[in-house]
Amino acid sequence: MKKLLSLLLLSLSLNVFASGGAELQDADIDLTDKMSLQRGAKHFVTYCLGCHSAKQIRYLRIANDLGIDEKHVLADIAPEGAGIYDQLHTAMNKHDAEKWFGTQPPDLSLIARSRGADWLYSYLKGFYTDKSRPFGVNNAIFEDVGMPNPLWQLQGEQKPVFETEGEKKVLTKLIKGSEGTMSEKEFDTAVNDLVNFLVYVGEPVQLERKQMGKYVLFFLLIFLVISYLLKKEYWKDVH
Amino acid sequence: MNLKPTRLRMCGNWVLDRFPLAQVWNEHMAHYYAPKNFNFWYFFGSLALLVLANQFITGILLTMNYKPDAKFAFDSVEYIMRDVNWGWLVRYMHSTGASAFFIVIYMHMFRGLLYGSFKQPRELIWIFGMLLFVALMAEAFMGYLLPWGQMSYWGAQVIISLFSAIPVVGDDLALWIRGDYVISDATLNRFFAFHVIAVPLVLVLLVFMHIVALHEVGSNNPDGVDIKKSKDPWGHPTDGIPFHPYYTVKDVVGVAVFLIFFATVIFYMPEMGGYFLEHANFIPADPMKTPEHIAPVWYFTPFYSILRAIPDKFAGVIGMGGAIVVLFLLPWLDRGKVKSIRYRGGIYKKALMLFVVSFIALGYLGTQPVTPLATVMARIFTAYYFGFFLLMPIYTRWEKLKPVPNHITMQPTLEERLPEMKAVFDEVTLVTDGENSKRGFNPTGAKNVLIRTAKNLKESLD
Repeated sequence: MKKLLSLLLLSLSLNVFASGGAELQDADIDLTDKMSLQRGAKHFVTYCLGCHSAKQIRYLRIANDLGIDEKHVLADIAPEGAGIYDQLHTAMNKHDAEKWFGTQPPDLSLIARSRGADWLYSYLKGFYTDKSRPFGVNNAIFEDVGMPNPLWQLQGEQKPVFETEGEKKVLTKLIKGSEGTMSEKEFDTAVNDLVNFLVYVGEPVQLERKQMGKYVLFFLLIFLVISYLLKKEYWKDVH
Repeated sequence: MNLKPTRLRMCGNWVLDRFPLAQVWNEHMAHYYAPKNFNFWYFFGSLALLVLANQFITGILLTMNYKPDAKFAFDSVEYIMRDVNWGWLVRYMHSTGASAFFIVIYMHMFRGLLYGSFKQPRELIWIFGMLLFVALMAEAFMGYLLPWGQMSYWGAQVIISLFSAIPVVGDDLALWIRGDYVISDATLNRFFAFHVIAVPLVLVLLVFMHIVALHEVGSNNPDGVDIKKSKDPWGHPTDGIPFHPYYTVKDVVGVAVFLIFFATVIFYMPEMGGYFLEHANFIPADPMKTPEHIAPVWYFTPFYSILRAIPDKFAGVIGMGGAIVVLFLLPWLDRGKVKSIRYRGGIYKKALMLFVVSFIALGYLGTQPVTPLATVMARIFTAYYFGFFLLMPIYTRWEKLKPVPNHITMQPTLEERLPEMKAVFDEVTLVTDGENSKRGFNPTGAKNVLIRTAKNLKESLD
């Protein structure tokens, strides 16, 4: 019985930590917050687009959905030389990427749908100093990730605290090493805006979809009432 | 004045003189007599037709923008989701429709198990239905490759590699199916061909045969009584009513309820928490990167679980195939003399209940990564799955049957049961304090209700 119980507990704990590493923090996703999405778009172009593309979305779509003027999107958000009908392509070419990183950084159009908002939020906040890694950083959520921390100037440096459990070293928490240009709160907001934008990019239609759902369901409820009354009328004489 | 209607009628008559439209309509709708006492479980046949139509219409619309090419497939699906007008709705209707199809079909098949709809004289209907189920699984499996995501790719890789477990011809067979040494553009193209034309044609033909066979012998019912035994002077079954208009209007109510659930998923949770659209399938297929955990879509997981539970690969393939083959044999495995579960013995009721539990448990385990405990559980449930069918010839003979009535019985409708349900609700939530009573949780009431439910359950299982 004891063996069975421990097996059960083991299987449970495996499920929780299958993602590898620490527990995820909650991202505050609000796609109606257009200001947050605009800031997120700006952060994305500044910090992510250098290496990652988001080729499934166009600047025009962002302008329309986020309520910004087309001219402003090109002036404030898009990199220089981008056209309004362009998709969010990265400037880095494939050969350079393979030379520098060993692989082409993934397209981020659907990253929020494959990883989830909380994962992205925790991941972007989870970089810490690790001299053994090629870029000098490791990640608490994605161990041995082959990506440098693009936000380190904003966040400052984070140092890991390890605890030895038996033979294994376990990461328990991250502590501040040096100050960044942003306060912790400002940084959290910036990351949250960025994740919010990525969730939007993952499925630009989702707000429209949910709004439309109300009317469809309202219609179907009325349809149900009428069809039920019709059925009752027809079935009155069946005993 | 009424020149136009007359002309119209003449045109109509011109057709009717040359084509037996009225006869077909009468035979299958207006003069097709169905038992009066169809209950909840009888909605799923017409719902399966509705979902089939949905898959056809949305599928045709999707092919107009989808590109069956390993280079473009993934992006073309996203193009549909973003740039094609209403493309997202069409795609979600199709992806949700696939899962809805299996929910509806599983309910439809379970109805057969409940009321013995597979028994003499309806064996052939059951066989056609099982062929439909197999064709539907092929259709869903091949359709799932088309979005060309990681799960599409690796799911197909795993399933097709199963064929290579067959001795002697296995490797050549797998190669022949794929058209390449791995899943590739060649596989995508042939799966597209099968998914959009070959299998749908088979499905339509089988649906036609399923319905023709049904209308030849007539529908079963929750009492398992043959309604053709007692007929009125005009030759109509006294326990029957014309399918049209009675069941057409009733099925419309079922359609409305179904569509409410369907629309809720489409508009509010199209991924259904990763069960209808798997998260990993939003990553483009990458032959160089195997995902950590490969799980098929939920509707295949019971069978996938059986495959994983059996230690030897070839034996696992046989087990998975056998789990479906054994369903074909059901009409001859069940020796119970009575059709409906209402008059069958407790042993079948308990066996069926445990079967449902093990089927759902196998389905759940199939979505989870393998652990030692999960494997043990899967083996137990697999053994039960096969035990339920293969021991049927033995345990169905021991059944203590209840007397079957000569006529169908009418159960109270949902509306008629409302006062009774209200009373139970009051019993649980009404706290009486002297003269006045207020809403709140009532522990003694809840306890009484629980005891009554348990007693009823025990009684109904005897």
